[in-house]
Amino acid sequence: MTQPRTFFEKVWSQHVITDLGDNSYLLQVDRLVLHELSGSVTLREALESGRRPACPGQIFTIIDHVLSTRPGRGINEGRNATASELIQFTRKTALEMGTHFFDVDDRRQGIGHVISPELGIALPGLTHVSGDSHTATVGGIGALAWGIGSSEGIHILATQTIQEVKPKTMRVRFEGELPQGTSAKDMILHLIGEIGANGGIGYAVEFGGAVVRDMSVEGRLTLCNMTIEFSGKYGFVPPDETTIDYLKGREYSPKGAAWDEAVAFWRALPTDPGATFDKELIIDCSNLEPQVTWGTSPQQVLPIGAAMPDPASFADAGARASATRALEYHGLRAGTPFSEIPIDVAYVGACTNARLSDLRKAAAILKGRRVAAGVLAICVPGSTQVKKDAEAEGLDRIFIEAGFEWHESGCAMCGNGGAERLKGLRVISTTNRNFEGRQGPGTKTHLASPETVAASALAGRIADHRKVSH
Amino acid sequence: MDKFTSFSGIAAPMMRINIDTDQIIPGRFLVRTTEDGLGAGLFFNLAHKEDGTPDPEFILNREPYNKAQVLLADRNFGCGSSREAAPRALRQRGFHAVIAPSFSGIFYNNCFRNGLLPVQLPEAAVRELVAGAERNPHGVVAVDIEKHTVIGQQGTIYHFELPPRLRLMLVEGRDEIDATLTYKDEIEAFRQRDRMLRPWAYETGPVR
Repeated sequence: MTQPRTFFEKVWSQHVITDLGDNSYLLQVDRLVLHELSGSVTLREALESGRRPACPGQIFTIIDHVLSTRPGRGINEGRNATASELIQFTRKTALEMGTHFFDVDDRRQGIGHVISPELGIALPGLTHVSGDSHTATVGGIGALAWGIGSSEGIHILATQTIQEVKPKTMRVRFEGELPQGTSAKDMILHLIGEIGANGGIGYAVEFGGAVVRDMSVEGRLTLCNMTIEFSGKYGFVPPDETTIDYLKGREYSPKGAAWDEAVAFWRALPTDPGATFDKELIIDCSNLEPQVTWGTSPQQVLPIGAAMPDPASFADAGARASATRALEYHGLRAGTPFSEIPIDVAYVGACTNARLSDLRKAAAILKGRRVAAGVLAICVPGSTQVKKDAEAEGLDRIFIEAGFEWHESGCAMCGNGGAERLKGLRVISTTNRNFEGRQGPGTKTHLASPETVAASALAGRIADHRKVSH
Repeated sequence: MDKFTSFSGIAAPMMRINIDTDQIIPGRFLVRTTEDGLGAGLFFNLAHKEDGTPDPEFILNREPYNKAQVLLADRNFGCGSSREAAPRALRQRGFHAVIAPSFSGIFYNNCFRNGLLPVQLPEAAVRELVAGAERNPHGVVAVDIEKHTVIGQQGTIYHFELPPRLRLMLVEGRDEIDATLTYKDEIEAFRQRDRMLRPWAYETGPVR
């Protein structure tokens, strides 16, 4: 009888080329995704040091971070002149090095973490890395995926391997029945509030439990997306029939006999009964409410019905100081309820919540309504395919008629892409980071689900979407 | 790459939890075609007033902390994005080490490839170093990578741990890629075996 193993242990050991000692291993990397921001640093420094790709067919180069999302954008159109240079350099170098490359006007263009599952580039049991901390998103389809630095990127480009310290394992089980009106975004925000922004340091995190078992792949991608927001590098949901159904027939998914072989392999990957984790956590979702962040760390989060906390209520000195500073940055006072906080901007976008199901949820609330006067409302689909699919079912009309701008796909205003437009403004956002200055200088970000963002756009203040008839 | 085994310098306390990479260097400084000049973006939003002029109150704008080589921080330093600009900006501004109770994993890894030493010490030890820096701002903290020690302003010795493989990058300037390529045969044998078992992991179709 073999020892029961976790999903992580199976995938990790499958990829070990050699043991480097002291808990470090040389691992096979199955997919490297390079983009024009950190990936251009990798490509530039690889050129400078004379490194060539060892396995160019396993490298996908994409454009998502600094390109313009203006409708009708040109293929070299960056958010500024330097961004345009990065796009052109990345294109030229990727073509020259012979990696896969999806150009700005390619139907497959989109945010890396959105298109990797959408196209079947990321698959269960693969090691999948990218110079982007949100790479763990694609753990939602059962890949072991994580973010790397640009120098690690050169190492992978040159060897298709990585030297990695083996993490500890954690399982978070979401149990109970998820209440109507809450979703993966609320679950992960709640978890981060419980465990703290540092709670995942040193862990690979498996998400499970009844709620995750019944969740769509798109929900799982949202869940895994924010693993890094509690400093977990790796987050994943082991593959099941939902995953397999999702991947069947996708452009890069295996076909024919190879598909059957792959599926058989994937079905053996989930954690064995009786396998143990270094840490296990159970979150009861039965009473979960829509969650909104009030501060400048994702751990500063509360249910929509709550009021701004009194910093003195935090026992930990660091959390207390952080709360004081966050409220000051946000210009908010303890005791003010969310419902009394006016917003300037409503933003639907990013690798967290800009897939088709997210857009549908927001549109269901926006349909036949108008955003409040003075609110800047923007929707940036997560991929060109998502945009196309949304347009095919008329979601673009709903957004536009409600007063939203409807953009081309990209990372856009998640990471400073709207710096000047959002300067100093308060944004309710489907993104994943509410850090000081993240969306622009002095920009105040409140993280929430697409439904909460849509309802808040209509109300002109942070609003409970459950009170808007769907 | 820089290599060093020991150094000593002034320590600047920035005792806040969860100092994220957007604070260390805001996103707008990442859109660039050269990695030179990243130091100018270090803690930019914290170091400047709204009108863009330096904020004289910010610790690294004050004597003698503006010459600090060691940054003292609270838990989860470097959380957030994978931007290698974060350790690079710290290094370009003269920092050799960050001492904190914990680091976020991607930042921690990136440090070693950019000549910056992340030292993890218990919270109480970090607080002693902070107290030392506040009592005597010109006091010197000495760090020895070979001996795995930090010597505080008052002479207290603290031990820290470092993964040996990552330590070599700092003390020998070891090239990680060359080190991996010594396993060339193992890598090839692995792929031959693995490809039989997981052909779908390797076959991605034509690149164009």
